[in-house]
Amino acid sequence: MATVNGEAILSVDDLRISFSTYAGEVQAVRGATFDLRRGETLAIVGESGSGKSVAARSIMRLNPESNTIVRGGEIIFEGEDLLKLSEKRMLDIRGPKIAMVFQDPMTSLDPTMRVGRQIIESLKQHLGMSGRQAAERAAELLELVGIPHAEARLKQYPHQFSGGMRQRVVIAIALACDPQVLIADEPTTALDVTIQAQILELLRELQERLGMSIVLITHDLGVVASTAHRIAVMYGGKIIETGTVREIFYTPQMPYTWGLLASIPLPTADRSQDLIPIPGTPPDATDPPKGCPFAARCPYAMRICEDEVPGYTTFSDEHRAACWLHHQMAPNVERPARITGAK
Amino acid sequence: MLKYTLKRLVNAFVVLFIITTATWFLMQLLPGSPIQNSEKLTPEQEAQVAEQYNLDEPLPVQYALYMSGLLRGDLGDSYQFGGRSVTGIILERLPVSIFLGTQAIIVGLVVGLFLGIVSALKQNSIWDSGAAFLAVLGVSVPDFVLAPLAQYWLGLKLGIFPIAFFESWWHSVLPSLVLATVVAAVIATFTRTEMLEVLGQDYVTLAKAKGLSRLAVVLRHVLRNSMIPLVTIMLPLTAALVTGVLIVETVFSIPGLGEQFVRSIFEKDFPIIMGTTILFSVFFVASYLLQDILYGIIDPRIRVAGNRE
Repeated sequence: MATVNGEAILSVDDLRISFSTYAGEVQAVRGATFDLRRGETLAIVGESGSGKSVAARSIMRLNPESNTIVRGGEIIFEGEDLLKLSEKRMLDIRGPKIAMVFQDPMTSLDPTMRVGRQIIESLKQHLGMSGRQAAERAAELLELVGIPHAEARLKQYPHQFSGGMRQRVVIAIALACDPQVLIADEPTTALDVTIQAQILELLRELQERLGMSIVLITHDLGVVASTAHRIAVMYGGKIIETGTVREIFYTPQMPYTWGLLASIPLPTADRSQDLIPIPGTPPDATDPPKGCPFAARCPYAMRICEDEVPGYTTFSDEHRAACWLHHQMAPNVERPARITGAK
Repeated sequence: MLKYTLKRLVNAFVVLFIITTATWFLMQLLPGSPIQNSEKLTPEQEAQVAEQYNLDEPLPVQYALYMSGLLRGDLGDSYQFGGRSVTGIILERLPVSIFLGTQAIIVGLVVGLFLGIVSALKQNSIWDSGAAFLAVLGVSVPDFVLAPLAQYWLGLKLGIFPIAFFESWWHSVLPSLVLATVVAAVIATFTRTEMLEVLGQDYVTLAKAKGLSRLAVVLRHVLRNSMIPLVTIMLPLTAALVTGVLIVETVFSIPGLGEQFVRSIFEKDFPIIMGTTILFSVFFVASYLLQDILYGIIDPRIRVAGNRE
């Protein structure tokens, strides 16, 4: 899929988010920098606890108010830093400008409210529509996301929908006010594989039709390959590598990305070639390592990796990675065969 | 929904029958007899009184007589008040108790909801701790301790409220407040827990993500979903209230049904004990029934499950 060469609609710069807990300060995001361009899909990939969801929620300021600490950085949207906007101004951003789709469609709809009202709510709030206009628009939205018999469906409650249908409703709610940016936080993780494909197809189709930009949060590189234009790999609260889908899949530059790719099952691959898991566990976010977050699990780690955070090395206009192996004094390390031969 | 309701209704009558029968036989186990409790009577007078109230018949006959009366809606006559009908006595006493109880529930509900909502929305603040302290106090101090304390401090020492009898609305304030404490405390704790749980739900985050104001999110999504489980505790709460009414009315010498009930147990006035027990049971069973139906109205998932039956 070709890269979209557009201007950045959303720029996240050195974002640092912590949570205060009884166990101490959890440093969930420790300096994340990425751009989202007009009309593109940017996938943020990482395992559980990498900080990807927290980073995504920070864009809409949806992390729990009571214990979230913004340690630094900025999120620039339409020339303003979202982190500094008043709560009141944020109300006009959430929904009409930036919308979000959540992971679990079984729990993200209010079980006691008719589906129609949950869509209409947003329309009335932001577009000032009358009840009738809003109901018509809600029916259109349901049809747009592929729910048949929209009129009747509007009057039903969430429990009368299947998981995949509910996720379509959640997407309809997100699209209600024509947002410029859609943040999809693991939108297919809770769904059956066949439904996953349908939802991803729907998102892709909607993007083409409505021209919005999508931030796709996922731990599943398989999802990314078919949907995204660019990838940002997140680990230990940092973006450790970013590039186009092609670059990340064919010429990954960071051992963690190698590990991620080596752990995807390939249907065409020789069965004798086992999946290679990444040994160890992610770093403790209450006491993050001072060097590269992956150093403790990295088979190529050098002494400097544990002591200092590597800077970014640039490989192309899009592709850069933070890894000491690319320092001029580092030994030359070959990518593992499974990755090089992945084509 | 209709079939479901009918089924519950039949169940309710079975429960009532069991309660009535059990209470009637248990009552016979009370030491002494209604007649010997009164002033000294000659054996002839005793026999005459016993005959008048069918107390000379064997127990199964007495039971059958009582139940057949009950079926005709006749609760019998009181032993104490020169043969006044139990129904008449209950009707005279009941309004006072209902008044006290309703007032207590309203006050308890308003105060409890307020405290619960505030402490959930301002979690871990000084509001939260304060409300938690009040709630623990309200649940753990029993009415029979709270009532005399209230009489002493608010009645005697400060002289704000009358300490006994029921002569004006002002007289009902203190007993209602005492009754309301438990209600408020239980509702506050419960509401706080439920609200916190709902506040953490994905659909609340989604509602925020729609750009709804905090107030709109709370009013439209949080409150309704936290109120559903509240319906389930209103029943045990009213139960607590009925026992509370017995104590509070006795302590404050209020001529309600509770005070009458306690007195009739001491006097072994069987028809009044039975009549009041049946009334309380009907009250409980009806609240169960109402609760189930209400639950179905508030939570659409239950409504559907009921239809499938």
